[in-house]
Amino acid sequence: MTARRDTLAALKGTLARLERGGMPPASPHAPSDGSGLVPLGAAGLDAALGGGIARAALHEVHAEAPVHVPAATGFTLGLARRVAPAGPLVWVRQRFLDQEFGRPYGRGLAALGLDPGAVVMVRVRDAEDALRATLDAARCGAVGTVVADIWGAPKILDLTASRRLSLAAAESGVTVLMTRAGAEPEPSAALSRWRVRGLASEAAEGGMPGRPAFSVTLLRHRAGIPPRDWSMEWDREHGRFRERTALPGRLAPLPAERTAAPPVEPQSIPFRRAG
Amino acid sequence: MRLAAVDPMARELGLVPGQKLADARACVPQLAAIDHDPVADQNLLERLADAADRYTPLVALNAPDGLTLDVTGCAHLFGGEAALCRDLLERMRGAGFTARAALAGTPEAAAALARHGRPGIVPPGGEAEAVARLPVGALGIDASTALALTRAGLKTIGDLASRPSDLLVARFGAGLATRLRRVCGHEDARLTPRRAVAACMVERRFAEPVARREDLTGALSLVLGKAAASLEQRGEGGRLFEASFFRTDGVVRRIAVETGEATRDTAAVSRLFTERMHLLDDPTDPGFGFDLLRLAVPRTEVLAARQVLIDGRGEAERETTALVDHLVARFGRSNVLRFLDRPSHIPERAEVMVPAIAVGGGSYRSAGPAAARPLARPLQLFDPPQPIETLAEVPDGPPASFHWRRTTFQIIRAEGPERIAGEWWRDGEDMLTRDYYGLEDREGRRFWVFRQGLYGRETASPRWFIHGLFA
Repeated sequence: MTARRDTLAALKGTLARLERGGMPPASPHAPSDGSGLVPLGAAGLDAALGGGIARAALHEVHAEAPVHVPAATGFTLGLARRVAPAGPLVWVRQRFLDQEFGRPYGRGLAALGLDPGAVVMVRVRDAEDALRATLDAARCGAVGTVVADIWGAPKILDLTASRRLSLAAAESGVTVLMTRAGAEPEPSAALSRWRVRGLASEAAEGGMPGRPAFSVTLLRHRAGIPPRDWSMEWDREHGRFRERTALPGRLAPLPAERTAAPPVEPQSIPFRRAG
Repeated sequence: MRLAAVDPMARELGLVPGQKLADARACVPQLAAIDHDPVADQNLLERLADAADRYTPLVALNAPDGLTLDVTGCAHLFGGEAALCRDLLERMRGAGFTARAALAGTPEAAAALARHGRPGIVPPGGEAEAVARLPVGALGIDASTALALTRAGLKTIGDLASRPSDLLVARFGAGLATRLRRVCGHEDARLTPRRAVAACMVERRFAEPVARREDLTGALSLVLGKAAASLEQRGEGGRLFEASFFRTDGVVRRIAVETGEATRDTAAVSRLFTERMHLLDDPTDPGFGFDLLRLAVPRTEVLAARQVLIDGRGEAERETTALVDHLVARFGRSNVLRFLDRPSHIPERAEVMVPAIAVGGGSYRSAGPAAARPLARPLQLFDPPQPIETLAEVPDGPPASFHWRRTTFQIIRAEGPERIAGEWWRDGEDMLTRDYYGLEDREGRRFWVFRQGLYGRETASPRWFIHGLFA
């Protein structure tokens, strides 16, 4: 019943705008409750973020190490899919990354639940061109999301550049997602900054690999949300993230190349023992 | 070795083209000889033809050293035929060339007069009389025919023209008779221009050479406005716009912009041009400014009035197209791409990336086989696949570990094989079958690898390749 009333209200609004003479621009963005926040689907994460990830803003996703770039890209594309399910996606990418990680593959995008037909790839030479292309795309209101892959820490990507991007994003309503690799996170005007690492998936039946899984750390959020880790996986059927539930009896996602896990501090028990 | 061409001073000393170099050196010991470079000559002629574009769009090369211009309907723009010829010769002289110009009713007559006769302007209908005194060689026929005609006592074109043409056809073929009719102005032939003539063309001449980029941009938008008005009358829009900037010293710069759909939007096209105006700058040879600007629209399409959709989706699509045009103007056609799927089951052939300006959005149809599996198709594909070294428990099973880029990856989970056979209709029978596996290592990195060749059936030692990375 409420849904029907909402639809009615939206239609009435559209009619009112039409009568005023303006054509409402088609929004490529996901519907939201007006706060500009899009839930990611993982309940714990959404609660911590106060509802979800903000549209019309700049977000940075850092790969923990170059080997985790595919995971970071996957996480970013998942965000893009959440933020603008149908809108055009402009993917700006430095050309040499194709040699390093392979060229983007449309069927792979489809396998993640994105529409390859809605993607415009921009291949650029260096970070400067990448930033220019990203800014151009961020100023075009018809675009859903802009994904920019930027390698290393180019000088040109300073606080001014990131502020310019986030202003453009706020003005046009485009969400700008920047994937960074080979760089230490440093201050920028991004609304939120994430660090992503690949995670061994939970086995599907028959011991086959399951859904793509990520270990995601919120490094910084401008609203002052404290840093935290989450384990998530991407559910392509429903186009949403899911929180990982660590089940007993499964393989622990212990990194193979580390000699040992960092020593765990004995946690203080928040309850007072009786007796 | 023979002389290909001589300069005026050498000609005065009695040297002629075709003479043996040894003979020439014997006559003139201090002779300075330079190797003949036909390609450079051709390039120079092309550059001159570019510069001659300013008089008319119909310019044809008359190799090896001539240009033919069709100035029908153009002469009045330069103050008459005589003034046009004078202007052309002055520019040539200014650039350091010795040139002769003749203007006649047919291209052949003009060429014969310029090469062999008295340069100047032939009054309409006076071609036969003007060429009558020229030698038969001026017809542009091969040397043996010319020699045969001369031996027969027919030394001039006038002699030839006074004979009945059926006799000439019987002895020398129809080619000579046609040639004669054309040179005498009895038959006209169309010129084949070097560059295709655009359907819509607008020019602007400047009284003084203009060098500032801002001024040129301003002039260009005025010209664009005129072109848009002319396109509108025809109900068309342009897909390709080409601006030619003619510099006073004969250099011509061309800038072209392309749009994703037919347009008459002056402001938008002007913005696209602004992105590329830096191509006019030449730091090593700045020149003295441009004195002519021509805008051509070589590719036009019918542009119907647009239906405005009530949900504004058309507007959004148009904005996306405009963004693509802008990115193309900035980064080049081949760097703004879209995915396009192809009918093939070989993964690297199943899709290509094509310029976004050539295809619209939503042109991707299939999602590939069984896209619902988590490791169906990788997000990023190596093209070509990269070789890896593997260690497998059984020869035809998935690898237990593999070595790639100086790192060894321990596999904990595997999926597959997905068997993809070669396309015999394209690669022949000996294309090896591939068995694809989706692999995952302890850290959650996921790879798409394949074994090339069926073990024991197609090859004894199959090789392994990594073809992609999953998210």
